[in-house]
Amino acid sequence: MVLIKRIFAALITCCASLPLFAGWGDVNMTPGVNALSREIFDLHMTIFWICVVIGALVLGFMVYLIVAFRKKEGDKPAQFDDHPVLEMTWTVLFAVILAVMAIPATFTMIRAYDDAEGDINILITGHQWKWQYEYLEDEVSFFSNLSTDLDQRNNIAPKSDNYLLEVDEPLVIPTNKRIRFLITANDVIHSWWVPDFAVKQDAIPGFINTAWTQVDEEGIFRGQCTELCGQYHGYMPVVVKAVSPEDYELWVNEKKEAKIQQALLTEKLWSTEELYEIGEGVYQTNCVACHQVNGEGLPPVFPALAGSDLVLNDKAKQIEILMEGVQGAAMQSYAEQLSEVDIAAVITYTRKAWGNDASGDGEIVIPKEILDYKNNKL
Amino acid sequence: MSAVIDSHSDDHHHGPAKGITRWLYTTNHKDIGTLYLWFSFLMLFLGGAMAMVIRAELFEPGSQIVSPEFYNQMLTNHGLIMVFGAVMPAFVGLANWIIPMQIGAPDMALPRMNNLSFWILPVAFGILISTFFMEGGGPNFGWTFYAPLSTTYAPPTVTFFIFAVHIMGASSIMGSINIITTILNMRAPGMTFMKMPLFTWTWLITAYLLIAVMPVLAGAVTMMLMDIHFGTSFFNAAGGGDPVLFQHVFWFFGHPEVYIMILPAFGIVSHIIETFSRKPIFGYTSMVYAIASIAILSFIVWAHHMFTVGMPIAGELFFMYTTMLIAIPTGVKVFNWLSTMFKGSISFETPMLFSIAFVALFTIGGLSGLMLAIAPADFQYHDTYFVVAHFHYVLVPGAIFGIIAGVYYWLPKWTGNMYDEVLGKTHFWMSFISVNITFFPMHFVGLAGMPRRIPDYALQFADFNMVISIGAFIFGLTQLLFLFIILKSIFAGKQATSEVWEGAKGLEWTVASPAPYHTFETPPEVK
Repeated sequence: MVLIKRIFAALITCCASLPLFAGWGDVNMTPGVNALSREIFDLHMTIFWICVVIGALVLGFMVYLIVAFRKKEGDKPAQFDDHPVLEMTWTVLFAVILAVMAIPATFTMIRAYDDAEGDINILITGHQWKWQYEYLEDEVSFFSNLSTDLDQRNNIAPKSDNYLLEVDEPLVIPTNKRIRFLITANDVIHSWWVPDFAVKQDAIPGFINTAWTQVDEEGIFRGQCTELCGQYHGYMPVVVKAVSPEDYELWVNEKKEAKIQQALLTEKLWSTEELYEIGEGVYQTNCVACHQVNGEGLPPVFPALAGSDLVLNDKAKQIEILMEGVQGAAMQSYAEQLSEVDIAAVITYTRKAWGNDASGDGEIVIPKEILDYKNNKL
Repeated sequence: MSAVIDSHSDDHHHGPAKGITRWLYTTNHKDIGTLYLWFSFLMLFLGGAMAMVIRAELFEPGSQIVSPEFYNQMLTNHGLIMVFGAVMPAFVGLANWIIPMQIGAPDMALPRMNNLSFWILPVAFGILISTFFMEGGGPNFGWTFYAPLSTTYAPPTVTFFIFAVHIMGASSIMGSINIITTILNMRAPGMTFMKMPLFTWTWLITAYLLIAVMPVLAGAVTMMLMDIHFGTSFFNAAGGGDPVLFQHVFWFFGHPEVYIMILPAFGIVSHIIETFSRKPIFGYTSMVYAIASIAILSFIVWAHHMFTVGMPIAGELFFMYTTMLIAIPTGVKVFNWLSTMFKGSISFETPMLFSIAFVALFTIGGLSGLMLAIAPADFQYHDTYFVVAHFHYVLVPGAIFGIIAGVYYWLPKWTGNMYDEVLGKTHFWMSFISVNITFFPMHFVGLAGMPRRIPDYALQFADFNMVISIGAFIFGLTQLLFLFIILKSIFAGKQATSEVWEGAKGLEWTVASPAPYHTFETPPEVK
């Protein structure tokens, strides 16, 4: 019964949201929040209406044919089979209509393709399954992960308003500044899309694509990855927060301060419990997708950590894998993504959790070891 | 010459062999056509079952019945099976059955190769489907299998997938060689090119497209194989390769492939509209030129699938203009079909209903295709449900309705019995309504921002997705009725005349119904 009610509700909402009854919001492209997105929206609407008119004429004419020429007793169908003048006329007519569409499209295309430097240049790197943002001028860098929890995805907890469109740390940009995005990827091809900016650009390993935007109003803008990038392709949203230039300055300074604080933490004396607790959180955000909550992975593609000989007895190798990634596999390097504390904590967690400490050497890893690894490499 | 009397042909070769060997060893174009058609029907249900899994998962937001990983396997294999297993073999089956009868030939030119090209298909799909039962699961990288997701990051079963694609390609190439050879060499005396039936014309051009592009696909998968197993870096950026190269190679195959899946349907629909309007086809010559133009243009538009990969602006504009040009020959065809109906005497048997729906809904799919061609707007449409809506409109009420129309049209010729017209019309109306409930709302969710190939979605897309899923379930179930109608006409039904349809033109309507095992052993004269 609940299901039937739900289906009826869906049908009613769908009918009601058709343009005849309500606004265009849920059924049309967004006009977006800047000059380019509005221009693309206008172009879309122009082409759309031309297509609607052509479609209506063709379908209307078909209805007329079906009604007017249905077979009747004793009628004699005509036997003509061509009309060169008419055929030439409509061929030329099609060409003219296409030219009318192509001209504004060309000008919009030229405006969209502007790769001049921005006031702020941001390097966006797609990873399976998260985005990395690096502010090239300010040396601020962080990762942006989906923050919708598993309980919502598994229908245990009610779904929040921005279900699957929320992240732990959004990209922050100032309003009224030209922002240039340099877009690439670390593993497979992703695509970075924010509908409100009319920016969709593939993130391709080995290539740097450019796109740009300039936002007039403050707000939060949401999008998603739009190129199939593996099993969690549907779970890597893009969230951009546009703030005033003053707030942006404050935010940049906060990020820089936090970086210094983080470095100090590395020197702190850590207890196993502290590391385990931090490590569990890091694991939930970064590792569960492949290695699963129970540490059993999804062999053969994603190996198990629970009971793995490497995790049990080879601390040095485990540090190396987290720092360097595994060539030719989905396991990436976390050296840049996570702080020394987080890496040490998550290794400690995996060596202790799922009964691993009982069967392995049970040694913990402290942040200093990760720092030493980095320094030795230099 | 006449001194040699070919006496042995009198005592056998008249009927089919008995038992399973009839089907395994057959070189008869009608038997092979039947095999192709049943195989594609089986694949239609298999691919359709996968579509049902996809729609069940998307029925409501949140995880429903399958994991994201299995969902990706479903969407990948739904695409692969429908394209290579359902639509293409169905057209080859129709070609086998109908082309020799339309051109007055006794059989296909290369009957043993014909047998081979069919029997390797079940092997190819057996290999593909067997990957589901292996460690790591089946292909999960989309039917477009973009590298490096399909190479470095693929499940270990990808090698089986590559091998299966190779076999499918070999089958298509052999089938095409056979069709071209038959059409070029075995037409009845007097049947010049410009007297050839349109279905034969569309297949002649389609076969050339297949021969041109299937080796390109084979090249793409071979490069993948090398990257995976032999240490090359065609598509691996870390080794100096180029992931975008894969997309160029793939779509150089892929775009002509799109027309391979629609051109024969154009031919079928032309015959049906002509027959049921009781009027000759309007603009035969321009129809032939339009098909040829579409085929030629299909080679220079491939990168419109790649507007967001970061091509230089000259590339974007070039591919935008060439893509828009395709609208001209396509528009010509639609107007010709309408002009054929104009001042006709139209009756609405099931094949005609499907053909009219084909023209109407293919027009919608064509117009959304025109919108997608506009490169700057495509930045918003690309890889959303708007694209899914577009290509399903040209493939389901396009290609598949074309095939269904053809099956109803020629079924009495194959079985000797008329199908049940009431059930046929029920099948049509159920399909027509549900196909629109399924695919029309996809335009809306796509424009509103729902990306394709995702197993779960944001809440604002929930209502439309539920409606889409309901439409899809109805459409899927309706096709069981189609199976029942076909079985019924095999075993019972009103005896069909050899003409079957009032005023049907063409050589296939001059032979008895059901068509004898061997037809046109003496070529007919075409005036």
